[in-house]
Amino acid sequence: MPWDRNQMAARAAQELEDGMYVNLGIGIPTLVANHIPEGMTVTLQSENGMLGMGPFPYEGEEDPDLINAGKQTITELPHTAYFDSATSFGMIRGGKIAMAILGAMEVAENGDLANWMIPGKLVKGMGGAMDLVAGVGRVVVITDHNNKKGDAKLLKQCTLPLTGKNVVERIITDLGVFDVVEGGLKVVELAPDVTRDMVQDRTEAAIVG
Amino acid sequence: MSKVYESAAAALEGVLFDGMMIAAGGFGLCGIPELSIQAIRDAGTKDLTIYSNNAGVDDFGLGLLLQTKQIKKMCSSYVGENDLFMQQYLSGELELEFNPQGTLAERMRAGGAGIPGFYTKTGVGTVIAEGKEVKSFKGEDYILEEGIFADLAIVKAWKADTTGNAIFRKTARNFNQPAATCGKVCVMEVEEIVPPGTLDPDAIHIPGIYVHRLVQGTFEKRIEQRTVREKT
Repeated sequence: MPWDRNQMAARAAQELEDGMYVNLGIGIPTLVANHIPEGMTVTLQSENGMLGMGPFPYEGEEDPDLINAGKQTITELPHTAYFDSATSFGMIRGGKIAMAILGAMEVAENGDLANWMIPGKLVKGMGGAMDLVAGVGRVVVITDHNNKKGDAKLLKQCTLPLTGKNVVERIITDLGVFDVVEGGLKVVELAPDVTRDMVQDRTEAAIVG
Repeated sequence: MSKVYESAAAALEGVLFDGMMIAAGGFGLCGIPELSIQAIRDAGTKDLTIYSNNAGVDDFGLGLLLQTKQIKKMCSSYVGENDLFMQQYLSGELELEFNPQGTLAERMRAGGAGIPGFYTKTGVGTVIAEGKEVKSFKGEDYILEEGIFADLAIVKAWKADTTGNAIFRKTARNFNQPAATCGKVCVMEVEEIVPPGTLDPDAIHIPGIYVHRLVQGTFEKRIEQRTVREKT
C-alpha cells in the first residue's frame, strides 16, 4: 500500500534531528510539524521573519501581526525570535537552516527542482523557494510520485522552469524514499507492498543501485 | 525640525511625482503601510514602479493602487493573492519583475547600505539568471543582483519616538526594516508615537536616522488567512 499524505509526512519527520533548524514548505511539508518526535527539539523557521513557529491560535486569539509564510495566523513559543526579511534570508542563504522540506511539480534525476511556475498558466511567483533551495544545508522533497494525470514527476530532465539546479538530495513520495546519486535515483526505502517494478513503471528518471 | 506629520497625506506632500520608484514594507497584508498607500491613491500619482514582496489583495493594500491603475511596474516575489493584478498583467497594462524573496530583501538592504550590487547563488541556472552577470567564487557560480535605490520608502512600524527610533511587532517587521533604509525619503506610519526616552535604546529595531517623516494612525490590519485550532 502506498503511503498517504500523513504517512509521507511521518516518514519525512524521520529526517529531523534534535536541535535542527528547519523550514517547511506549504502543503504536505507543513504536516511534518505534526510528527516531530516527542522529546526532540526542532525549531521551525518561517521565512517572513520568525524562528520558533508555534501552532495555529485558538479562536479569538488570532493576531494580524503574527503570520507564517503561507499568510496563516500562528502563535509564538517561549524560544521564538523575530527578525526582518533580509536577516531571514541571510540565515537561509548563509546555510544556517539545516534543512528545507518542500513540495515539487517535477524533480530530475540530477536533483533539479521545478516547483514554482507552469508556463501558460497564471504565474504567481517563486516567493522564497529559490533562496531556500540555493541556501539551506539539505533539500528534501515530498511529492506524490505521479501527477493527477498519472504522469511521472521524477524525470530525466525537468520540463518546467527550474527553482534550482542540482539542489534536491532526497525525495519522499507515496511509493518510497529515493536519493539523488550519480547516474539517477537510488531506492532507499519502499512503502509497504510497493515493488521496485512498480516504481520503475511509474518513474521516468533512471532508478539505480 | 519635527518629523511628526498630522496625516500620511501631509507626510507625503512634496515627495510624490509621476514615474517615481517606491519601496514598500509588508509581507502579504501583514505590516503594510496602509495609510501611505491610501494617501498615494488619493494624490493620484501615476506610472509608479513599486518594490514590494506582494501586491496586496484586490481591495486592500497595494491592490488599491492597481484599481486606479497608478502602478506601471511591480517588482515582487509572489503576487498570487491578487486577481486584479493578473488581469492587468495579462492585458499588458502592468509590468512585472519577479525577484526571489531573499534577493528582493537583500536588494533593499544593499541599496540602503550603499552597495550597488552583490553576488548571490539564489536563482543560478533559472530564468532569474537570464541576462545577469555570472561569476564563480571557489568553484561555485553566483549571479549579480543590484541594490535598490528608491525615491521613497513607505513603511509601517509599531511604535516610534518623535525622532523616528522605531520598533516593530512580531512578524510585521518583515520587509519594513530593509525597505525603510533604501529610500531617499522614508515615511513611516506607526500605531503610537512616544516621547524620546520611552523606548529602550538597546531594543530599537531601526534608528531614527533612516526615518524622515512620521505619522500616527489607526489601522485595519486585515488578516489574509485566518487559521485556528480547536480547544481541547
